[in-house]
Amino acid sequence: METLFSQATEAIKREARALLESGEVAAFLGFAKGSIPTVTRPFVARSPEETDKLIWNGLCVMNLANYLPGLLKSLEPARRPGEPPPEGPLPKVGVIATGCWSRNMVIQIQENQLIRERLVILGIDSPGMIDRRKLESLAGGKEIQAIEEAEKKVVISGKGFRLETARQEVLRDNCLTCTHPSPVILDKKIGPTMPERHVHEPFARIEEIERMDADSRWAWFQKEIECCIRCYACRNACPLCYCPTCFVDDSHPQWVGKSVDPVDTAIFHILRAYHCAGRCTDCGACESACPMGIKMRLFTRKLQKDCLELFASEPGLDINSPLPLTTYGPEDPERFIINGSKQQGTQGGK
Amino acid sequence: MKNIDQKNPYLPYPGRIEAITIETEDQSLKSYRIILEKPEDMANWTHVPGQFAMLSLAGKGEIPIGIASSPTEKDHLLFTVNRAGVVTTALHKMDVGARIGVRGPLGNGFPVDKELRGKNIVIIAGGFAFTTLRATLIYMLAHRQDYGNITVIYGARTPGMLLYKEELKSWSQRDDIEMHVTVDREEPGWTGLVGFVPTIAGRVAPSPENAAALICGPPIMIKFTMPPLEEIGWTDDQVYLSLENRMKCGLGVCGHCNVGPVYVCKDGPVFTRDEVQKLPIEF
Amino acid sequence: MKILKLDDSDLKTLLARWYETRDLFSPVEKNGMAGWKRIEPLEFVEPAKGVPKTSLKTFFFPQPETLLEYSARPGDEGAYVPRPVKEKARERIILGVRPCDARSVLLNSLPFADDPYFKAKKDTTLIVGFTCKQPCSTCFCSWAGGSPMDTEGMDIAMTRVEGGYLADILTKKGEGLVDHLLDNREASPEEKEQLKTLREQAQGGTGSEGGPAEILKKKNLMDLYNAPFWQGLADSCINCGACTFLCPTCYCFDIQDETIKGKGRRIRYWDSCMFPLFTQHASGHNPRSQKVQRVRNRFMHKLKYFPERFGPLSCVGCGRCIRECPVNIDIREVMRDLLSIP
Repeated sequence: METLFSQATEAIKREARALLESGEVAAFLGFAKGSIPTVTRPFVARSPEETDKLIWNGLCVMNLANYLPGLLKSLEPARRPGEPPPEGPLPKVGVIATGCWSRNMVIQIQENQLIRERLVILGIDSPGMIDRRKLESLAGGKEIQAIEEAEKKVVISGKGFRLETARQEVLRDNCLTCTHPSPVILDKKIGPTMPERHVHEPFARIEEIERMDADSRWAWFQKEIECCIRCYACRNACPLCYCPTCFVDDSHPQWVGKSVDPVDTAIFHILRAYHCAGRCTDCGACESACPMGIKMRLFTRKLQKDCLELFASEPGLDINSPLPLTTYGPEDPERFIINGSKQQGTQGGK
Repeated sequence: MKNIDQKNPYLPYPGRIEAITIETEDQSLKSYRIILEKPEDMANWTHVPGQFAMLSLAGKGEIPIGIASSPTEKDHLLFTVNRAGVVTTALHKMDVGARIGVRGPLGNGFPVDKELRGKNIVIIAGGFAFTTLRATLIYMLAHRQDYGNITVIYGARTPGMLLYKEELKSWSQRDDIEMHVTVDREEPGWTGLVGFVPTIAGRVAPSPENAAALICGPPIMIKFTMPPLEEIGWTDDQVYLSLENRMKCGLGVCGHCNVGPVYVCKDGPVFTRDEVQKLPIEF
Repeated sequence: MKILKLDDSDLKTLLARWYETRDLFSPVEKNGMAGWKRIEPLEFVEPAKGVPKTSLKTFFFPQPETLLEYSARPGDEGAYVPRPVKEKARERIILGVRPCDARSVLLNSLPFADDPYFKAKKDTTLIVGFTCKQPCSTCFCSWAGGSPMDTEGMDIAMTRVEGGYLADILTKKGEGLVDHLLDNREASPEEKEQLKTLREQAQGGTGSEGGPAEILKKKNLMDLYNAPFWQGLADSCINCGACTFLCPTCYCFDIQDETIKGKGRRIRYWDSCMFPLFTQHASGHNPRSQKVQRVRNRFMHKLKYFPERFGPLSCVGCGRCIRECPVNIDIREVMRDLLSIP
């Protein structure tokens, strides 16, 4: 896999350089090497020379779709509020996309946050990305100074230690249950196509939580968010969270307290998850961004399961298929609104 | 931990609303005459024109408001409040007699007893930014011999949007102030000046000789008022501006109001234009 | 003040003694993450290396802190008149504090100099620090004006040596903790010499003299502000508050009233200059509406504005932000970039 990553890195550099040199894009969004081995840096190359900094490896975990609306807007000529955009095509951005990120771009396009024509997408099949927390816990408190990735294994090393593990062991939880590693929209493919994945019991952990009684489930939830510091890294890493003013920040009216009271923190996490219902592609950026190691992806994963079961919907796979929760039809089931709410209600959360 | 003592800078003085005046025709601005409940608090209160205070509504929060009364008006405080956010909206719903906290005075104020003394004073204000300049003007009139000529250029969109209308009338009748009150557009019944503040300022052309200008208003007004003044020789160190930024503590700690290295709440809100020009444009 | 030589059993005895009248806190590993916890004396273990994930500031600048209380029942005597909170004072000792974290308390007491709440907490808190033997690759305390052997901000500084600890008693309060041992545990001249040598070695010539704070203070404000590299940082930054909330010296806050069932309190809670609403006026105007302005403000505050006002950098080099930033924004690179501006 080392050669896979290095080949992909070279291909990305080459394509990005060509796009910038030809002037087809004004900027290219990818990743650069980080200053510590466990984190990479989302990076915007604005000149052909800067594309030398681009890299591709298993620690490229931030969802690049998150940056696109802002980056595209910043490239438009400045104009006053209400003023129409200038005539002619607006500057384009080149971007790397894996399966889940491309699905987020689809959703952003469906929700009018992105214009497809302004993107040049280099599609790349995700080999499954690495969870730095799993690496850290493998190192057992020792500092990781280098990471080597191969096809089936990952080697971490530091002062006085060198540990090898199966790649599978340190993949992010969302990558372990991912069934769509290939980009769904793209302009050019980088690297080979990954074999289709069949995941045995993709919702096993969710089913486990569903089987808990309400009290234990509530206790599990509270424990999970106990150390939340309300830094909003999860929200800000998420390409679905683009509201100009988030409900947690709003003060007029104020929906939720702003400190670390357990009730306020719970409301934040529940509402954040629900805002992503029917839209979340399980990219795992929220969890990767969390400095406190909270597994908030499980909350959105539950809603994914519900959407799949109730609406047979997997968000972002098809640009022409409507989003389940913003589409209404006369044949929609009404049971949970009018009669029979009790029976239906037990199916969901607490 | 220990009991936090009375010198607590977060503790407002308890006060009551004594009178409310609706200032503008659209009712977006009201003036609140406030008395501090404890006579000693009221007696000990002292401030410099241009300072502000936090009006504190328990349950709603605090809002920084320029003090519109002069320190020479000893028995009360005056605040003119624009209805904009959570606290000011709540305040606009309050009646005479309601409890209100006052935390202050905060900030630096205009240097009325220092640099401004002995100078010809030009006050330029637009819209509802006249409040602390009213305080300054009243103070200067109470110490009239300490200042040279006093020129006031004050403008609002319409006659109905002018603040302190009765006082404006009485000042116009005095011969020791030169008043230029203007509105943006002609309106039936208005016999005064018509035109934007910068235009009037250019027409009045106050001499920069031994003078200082105190300018408060929307940024756009300040921007266009400067060129005509500069043309006739005004320099940035003669011009005093009062900045506004979001504030929370009012003590230079919480970080909300910083403009580069300065805190508007503690180092300001009054700065010379010269000082402002050296700062990032973050206000 | 004195330097004592304590063996491990001395330390155990001391902890038990302190525990009788005070609360003890120390970094404790829980769910694979070290945080500050209240402990029993026997639970204490000197942390192997580095600092806990969360910083010490929560002890002096809690999240949230009640400033005032008020009754929100209109009929009550003094309804809606805020009054100061009454809390019982109980001394607490924080153990296992690294030099960087101890120094952060001193740096924060500069802006909070007149703050009665911060002062009250500082007055009732003792810091028993443990100097650092093994810096992490993300540590840069000596560059930020400190040192792994620094004792600033501590009441007692413990340094691990053969057979126990050398305990440097630094304050009157610290002396009060060990007064019964002062006469029979004094370190030998050789041991004192050993400590001196360790400190000299640790300084490494990168202390505050001629350090970044001094250099940056002299640079032109607008040259730094208009530097070209800020855009690159803003390109990566997601504008979350992970750095600010984990940082021991970020101290921005917001104030808000909370009323529940007739009882109200005015609280202050951590805020971050990374958040767009931090500077937004009620009118909607926002002086720092752009991400690049907010990223720049955080670093300029730490590295330029704060030194101009108070002297040192508002950074202790603990490296928390470097380790936990989800997009790897590294303050050391920002420092280097700023220092390279002519």
